[in-house]
Amino acid sequence: MAAQAGVGVASLVSRNEKTILPEWVELQKKAGILHTGRISEGELQSQSRNFLHLLHEALTQGGTDTSGAAYEPARAMLADLSRTRALQGFSPSETATFIFSLKQPLFNALNRDGTLSAEQIASTVSTSTALLDELGLFTLEIFQKSREEIIVRQQREIAELSTPVVKLWEGILALPLIGTLDSQRTQVVMENLLQTIVDDEAEIAIIDITGVPTVDTLTAQHLLKTVAAARLMGADCMISGIRPQIAQTMVHLGVELNVISKASLADAFAVALRQTGRAVVKTRRIEGFALPGKKSGGQDA
Amino acid sequence: MDRIPILKFGNALLVTIQVDMHDRLATALEEDLTSKIVAHNSRGVLIDISALEIVDSFIGRMLDNIAAVSRILDADTVVVGMRPAVAITLVELGLSLTGVKTALNVERGMALIHDRLAGSEADDADDQD
Repeated sequence: MAAQAGVGVASLVSRNEKTILPEWVELQKKAGILHTGRISEGELQSQSRNFLHLLHEALTQGGTDTSGAAYEPARAMLADLSRTRALQGFSPSETATFIFSLKQPLFNALNRDGTLSAEQIASTVSTSTALLDELGLFTLEIFQKSREEIIVRQQREIAELSTPVVKLWEGILALPLIGTLDSQRTQVVMENLLQTIVDDEAEIAIIDITGVPTVDTLTAQHLLKTVAAARLMGADCMISGIRPQIAQTMVHLGVELNVISKASLADAFAVALRQTGRAVVKTRRIEGFALPGKKSGGQDA
Repeated sequence: MDRIPILKFGNALLVTIQVDMHDRLATALEEDLTSKIVAHNSRGVLIDISALEIVDSFIGRMLDNIAAVSRILDADTVVVGMRPAVAITLVELGLSLTGVKTALNVERGMALIHDRLAGSEADDADDQD
């Protein structure tokens, strides 16, 4: 029965391919697919032609069972299409329109076809509706999945991007943290920092949390873990860039960071230089201020 | 039975752990080290664990114990060369070894002990004045 219905739809498609295709493309254009500028008309034409062809083959071979092997090429093509559209930034409905807009041309063709009895028309309509709905849902599912993949990938990239370890001086590292600290990120941060401590033989690591929006007890715990691990490796840790509100919140929460903490990265860096036995010295006096009688060399600030 | 060699290095002791530590080895090291500190009148203990890849809470406890015992015998313990993975493991286990001094490598660890010895000798000199 199913195979028979499939053959019915298939023959309908093959008999009316010449009229269905332009109508279908026209409908898609009317839905505004081309206005987005993400796809050219030629591309749309070839995608539609391809799919119609694959659908026809699948219908003749595998009936209406869309999960069957005969639909493999058609499904692959749809998956590819929705993945591409997800990447190109199409909306879900724009993507689903590709399949759903095929219904109208199909029914038009059915109406024009004089050879079929009323009963045959009814069964063909119900079969093709069910078929296209299934394919439409499949398209949406793939679309959703691709979007989720994109989100996961971006999350990973953000995590990697936001945890650079910067070498400030020989033996002094800085770790400017940006964004919320969760357990997963702390793990990445910690591993990065510890590995760099080994590679650079660093004595002091400054963790700068200017870019951390909130510090709660959990974040503080993560920070302390990182500090403790760095200490075990033989490096001293400092925390800098605690903003006034955060300092207040931390005190209210009863969070205590038992490490050297400085208001700014510059202060922490100065301490680090002192601890490693270095000092910053001004090498040139600004002439205009030091010697008012002399003509300034044009370099004073 | 395997023993971990303990080398005398000036007035410090140098222990390099190059095999995977099992519990009995750790206990034996603790005992050996204690008697060596007394025998050589050592002022510092340097434990190099750069080859140690796996730690458990027992080894962590052992390091803490060694540090505590040495402190009683007036010797400083410095653990050097801990690997990042080992450090993370110890922290996750809740063992931050607060009584132990740490350094990145043997050279720095030795410098740390020497600094401390120089400091205490200066103190002694001050006392004599």
